[in-house]
Amino acid sequence: MKTVQFAAKFEYLDEIREFVGAIARDGGFSDKDVYNIQLATDEAASNIIEHAYEKISDGVLELSCGMRDNLITIVLVDHGESFDPSEIPLPDLKADLSKRKIGGLGIFLMRKLMDDVHYEVKPNNSNVLTMTKRKR
Amino acid sequence: MDITVQEFKHCDMITVKGRVDSATAPQLAQALESANDGGKYKLVVNMSDLEYMSSAGFRALLAAQRNCKRYNRGEVVLASVPERIREALELAGFTELFKTFDDPLQAVGHF
Repeated sequence: MKTVQFAAKFEYLDEIREFVGAIARDGGFSDKDVYNIQLATDEAASNIIEHAYEKISDGVLELSCGMRDNLITIVLVDHGESFDPSEIPLPDLKADLSKRKIGGLGIFLMRKLMDDVHYEVKPNNSNVLTMTKRKR
Repeated sequence: MDITVQEFKHCDMITVKGRVDSATAPQLAQALESANDGGKYKLVVNMSDLEYMSSAGFRALLAAQRNCKRYNRGEVVLASVPERIREALELAGFTELFKTFDDPLQAVGHF
């Protein structure tokens, strides 16, 4: 696994996507999968920057990514406010325009695009989001 | 990300190039809002040179669609949506909320 630390700011999303994209591409994922892995990671990182670090200006986002036996694993660690993605209700995709909710979409996409999304709050005040996807 | 606005007789075309994410989506939202502020509610979003769009961009489109469709005064339509972006929009259930056109001029002709 390779690990990089980013300041928790939206301006680093480009680099965050590039980091996981390069590993996924080298790992032999299709262009479509590479795009989707980048999208899921972007959504995860954006949520951390926007929500976990909402009240913290100098937050750090630690991103690890690696391939093993056709499986890519992406781990995002933050030390901000904990929030459990499984508690966020799924958006109603059939709702008409006026009732369509703005939130929850990022988490929904992460779950759809990756095989597994796991969130854990560690005793040392860190939140660990782990996502995996298998190459088909 | 780069945004250009072109005025047509019956609509405005907003061409978005590059990548739309949480960092750049506010600029897209701003461009859509300023069209609305100028009394333009019939909008074509031309995505032919768009490489990437996260849900932050989807949200900007959704807010604009709500505002444009109010009082039946117009709508936002999407043109030349790249395959990867279309797949993500579909997954998010957004393709039902926007008419899409293969060609930007075809989208302009819709109005």
